[in-house]
Amino acid sequence: MNESITKTIGVAFAVCLICSLVVSTSAVSLRDLQKENKLNDKRIKILQVADIYNPDQSISEQFSQLESKFLDFNTGMIMSEFNNYNIDEYDQILVTKDPNLSSKIPQSEDIAIIKNRENVGKIYFLRDQMGKIDKLILPIRGYGLWGTLYGYISIEDDFNTVSGIEFYEHKETPGLGAEVDNPKWKSQWKGKKIYQGNQVTLEVIKGKVEKGDKEAVYKVDGLSGATITSRGVTNMVAYWFSESGYSNLFKELDYES
Amino acid sequence: MNLKRHREVVLNPLIKENPITLQILGICSALAVTNNLSVTLVMCVAVISVISFSNLFISLIRNYIPSSIRIIVQMTIIASLVIVVDELLKAYDYETSKKLSVFVGLIITNCIVMGRAEAFAMKEKPLLSFLDGLGNGIGYSIILIAVATIRELFGAGTLFGYEILPLISNGGWYMGNNLLLLPPSSFIIIGLFIWLIRSVKTEQVEEDDFELSEHSTSPDLTKREINV
Repeated sequence: MNESITKTIGVAFAVCLICSLVVSTSAVSLRDLQKENKLNDKRIKILQVADIYNPDQSISEQFSQLESKFLDFNTGMIMSEFNNYNIDEYDQILVTKDPNLSSKIPQSEDIAIIKNRENVGKIYFLRDQMGKIDKLILPIRGYGLWGTLYGYISIEDDFNTVSGIEFYEHKETPGLGAEVDNPKWKSQWKGKKIYQGNQVTLEVIKGKVEKGDKEAVYKVDGLSGATITSRGVTNMVAYWFSESGYSNLFKELDYES
Repeated sequence: MNLKRHREVVLNPLIKENPITLQILGICSALAVTNNLSVTLVMCVAVISVISFSNLFISLIRNYIPSSIRIIVQMTIIASLVIVVDELLKAYDYETSKKLSVFVGLIITNCIVMGRAEAFAMKEKPLLSFLDGLGNGIGYSIILIAVATIRELFGAGTLFGYEILPLISNGGWYMGNNLLLLPPSSFIIIGLFIWLIRSVKTEQVEEDDFELSEHSTSPDLTKREINV
């Protein structure tokens, strides 16, 4: 009885129908919550890197202290508007898939192995009460061992001193490369200098920074057992603070002030 | 209601018929998600709920499933449950779901779920099947939690992210064992568990597939004919 073709098709259809109803109901009803989680997760990282995060306060309220701006990478110009995009919804990672909105990085320059760079990025300003720039929060990304690390770095108003670094997405090995999330390791970035003259010098070295090293301000302790991740972070900094990264922006901001 | 049978169905898979150490199923996720105890716990809850409910639903419709498409019907039900669990995690425990990433989705391919559906839920009553799923899920979890405790404690010096053995890199005295942080170490730990359990419960030891014959080379080499 169970084996007739009609019954087989009937059961298959009924099972599929019920299952698809269950799956789509759960997906649709939870979508808003998931979207909010994803957005908040990124915003918390931005607030943390700016060192103004307070877990007891509403995230969107705290986030409103920051000023989001578009940045044209080719000129270094800051823009308030770009192609009718809503700045809160503009996703600079997504636009790297669109050849009109991104440019391919020549292989010789692509030290962070990111292949395409968006033409227009999104950066955040933290200003003091006088309206002067206190910190700049800049998105960075680059390849580690298993995949691309996505994060933010914050820079003081001299556009050279690091204030903090955070990664919001990576696939590094827990306990080894994933120690990029270790608060102790992240805390040593504060106060490090990126440029020596015009050269990006800051690097994650192998081993520990020795006491009394004159160049210590350009060096961060390596992640033990994670040489390739450490090198990836070094390359990421080198790329994003080069000519094709944020250095045009710094020139523009220096000129303004 | 046969209470004794119900109790057996829940308790047997814990150690005696443990799906990981006796049946060697579900090893993939046991390797992948056991480097951090809190992530492991969430994974265990996810697996327990998927096995229990897939067993329950499959058992409910077991008399209507044509045998020619039974595997695909089971898969559809299991996959739907896994997607629902994944969606729930993304909505209510985003941090952990980020760490578990693809491994929640891979519960679909966990042989324990499919194995229990095919071996138990297709023949037994719904309540019993649900309890069987629960038992097997908990049996799986016991091993995972034990492996994760060892790996996190001796690999990273923490438990649930709290520092227990202060690492040298954080100014303490403990040198973390990096091997334990990598998936292959679970193989070794699970192997040791299997050894431990089988030396206590000797009835689990399998008979050899074949017996080795006596030493085939004669100890006295001078007596052998050598064909060149």
